Amino acid sequence: MQMSGAQMVCEAIIAEGVKTVFGYPGGAIMHVYDEIYKQNGFKHILNRHEQASVHAADGYARATGEVGVAMVTSGPGFTNAVTGLATAYMDSIPLVVISGQVPMSLIGTDGFQEIDAVGISRPCTKHNFLVRSLEELPRILKEAFYLARSGRPGPILVDIPKDITVDIGEFVYPDSVNIATYKPTYKGNQKQIEKAVEAIKTAKKPLLYIGGGVVLSNASEEVRALAEKTQIPVVETLMARGVMGAKNPLLLGMLGMHGNYASNMAMSETDLVISLGARFDDRVTGKLSEFAKYADIIHVDIDAANIGKLVDVDYPIVGDVTEVLEVMIPLLDGVNTDRYQAWREILKRYDALHPQSYVDSDEVIKPQWAIERIGELVGENAIITSDVGQHQMWAAQHYPFDRPRQWINSGGLGTMGFGFPAALGAKMAFPEKTVINITGDGSILMNMQELVTAAEYKIPVINLILNNQFLGMVRQWQTFFYEKRYSETDLTFQPNWKALAEACGGIGYDVTTKKEFDEAIKDAIAQDRVCFMNVMVNRFEDVLPMVPSGGALFNMMLPPKIENKETK
Amino acid sequence: MANPLNERRVISVIVLNESSVLARVTSLFAGRGYNIESLTVAPIPNSSMSHITIATNGSPKVMEQITKQLHKLIPVYKVIEHEEMVEKEMVLVKFPIAENLSDIAALCGAYNGGIVNVGKEMVIAQVADEPLRVQHFIEAAQRYNPCEIVRGGVVAIER
Repeated sequence: MQMSGAQMVCEAIIAEGVKTVFGYPGGAIMHVYDEIYKQNGFKHILNRHEQASVHAADGYARATGEVGVAMVTSGPGFTNAVTGLATAYMDSIPLVVISGQVPMSLIGTDGFQEIDAVGISRPCTKHNFLVRSLEELPRILKEAFYLARSGRPGPILVDIPKDITVDIGEFVYPDSVNIATYKPTYKGNQKQIEKAVEAIKTAKKPLLYIGGGVVLSNASEEVRALAEKTQIPVVETLMARGVMGAKNPLLLGMLGMHGNYASNMAMSETDLVISLGARFDDRVTGKLSEFAKYADIIHVDIDAANIGKLVDVDYPIVGDVTEVLEVMIPLLDGVNTDRYQAWREILKRYDALHPQSYVDSDEVIKPQWAIERIGELVGENAIITSDVGQHQMWAAQHYPFDRPRQWINSGGLGTMGFGFPAALGAKMAFPEKTVINITGDGSILMNMQELVTAAEYKIPVINLILNNQFLGMVRQWQTFFYEKRYSETDLTFQPNWKALAEACGGIGYDVTTKKEFDEAIKDAIAQDRVCFMNVMVNRFEDVLPMVPSGGALFNMMLPPKIENKETK
Repeated sequence: MANPLNERRVISVIVLNESSVLARVTSLFAGRGYNIESLTVAPIPNSSMSHITIATNGSPKVMEQITKQLHKLIPVYKVIEHEEMVEKEMVLVKFPIAENLSDIAALCGAYNGGIVNVGKEMVIAQVADEPLRVQHFIEAAQRYNPCEIVRGGVVAIER
């Protein structure tokens, strides 16, 4: 069929089953927007900043497991999208971002709104394309979606010069993709899996170390089955929260810099780490030479480059976690679960010694209380997104996540301003679910223009602002490591949050007591409008436990021990 | 720079011959802090691929990462970390014509080369040999006041 390049872009998006596209028009992408106007195969959401468009597509992708799509114009449209690309890249999120480019004849001439998009995005995309002719456009679009979702997923940029969107040509969308140089490995090596199984059977203190790859691979069922069958204790990374489910007795908690005592001690004392879809990030390992010092390591990862990158691995298995576990679990028939009983007892005692705790208060709302409270009120029915900082860590520590894809946050890049637009993406995908962005008074301002987007399209997400009038995490480091010199972290000067939300067509709540908190959250859930829920919390609350940067995991700063019944 | 653990290695990278593929390879080295000692690239005859030869150095762990990260690039078909190889490099050197040309010719002969061009004021000599021998040749050539030296970078083929 004959059509323009712009039409081809729309047809490809429809053919890929994408229901919502997030974007912002501009000169170089106008022909595509003209076609968007004429079609009704997908909905377009006009964010108020390109960065938010990419984060929204990212939130959509994380909530659904499908490819998210964002569309931006050339030059500043594209450069605004870069933080979104980098955020998705670090967390391996499947995205296709389509950017306009100046016409072919102007490329290289410093034309108006020209920037080298493929050059800039090279290190923060899985792959990128500059389309050079209309003939190759259908194939590139097909490959972009395929590359985004296959192997280790990631964001793909397709940069399209304006004249190519205008040109008319034959459109046949390819059925399949064949890239001779790209063949991801899904199936694990059988011999290696057998060796790993032997290691599990002979270990005394094995530990399952679960990462975001399990979420990406939709391997949660298999991981739960593996833990159930072997009765091996489990630690989750920040990105894996929800995989085991908060109530699972085998789950010790989150490990790493703000991991709980039992998880970090388990990692320090284990004799066999079974790493599934985790990448030994520095926020997880602490001091590498002390990390899992007494352990052999099984590392299952779809990306061979992750294996042996930071720690030496004894049983490397390159493959998709789901497929590897489908082979591994039957091989563990008859595994002696009593073998690990003593180990489970030790860890139980560690957890009893220093449980995840905080001191609650009647005078002021504690941020941890607020998170536990929404867990009680909405629990498994909600999708929780977050920004970056203290609130993010408290959410990861205290929210009772029940399932994968319930918890959406920027773990790898740590992008402030991610949570609100990501919540919009998640809510577009699951309109029936309550979507709450747990944020801080610092982060929320980094994409607050999305109030207008949310109000216009009636996307009722709740922004729970845990307001301590500080850039809290930096303040915490300044307290601990910079002799309380609070350089540029005091946010006492604040907007009127309620008025701000209302000015943009949303609802505002000011909350200072637990009673007000309950009333506000219940009201917010019932409303069909976006809201800012400004919750004043204890100013100097710290995220604990904490492993100081570069320290060994077992050297934790712990919360004060409390014996009274206020202890949670 | 001179870390005793760092070992010199030569890597061949077979890539799709498409635009910006060389930029992908070199920006990977720049972005991840790997060294490039020399780099050559040319299309492979009768194919849609190009052959990039990179001389680099690093600890065994870094070398493993370089290989894996290169392999991750979408247009990379194959990465060969050379073990048993024939490795050659070419160098062109320009000498003033007033120098002792028979000495220069003899020197070049010892290093598998010769004088390839004679002009009014200059002669150009060419040598192709192993990189270390090319280095020796360049040192030996110093006494004939070379005015320009152009090294070609290594190419290698597994034995």
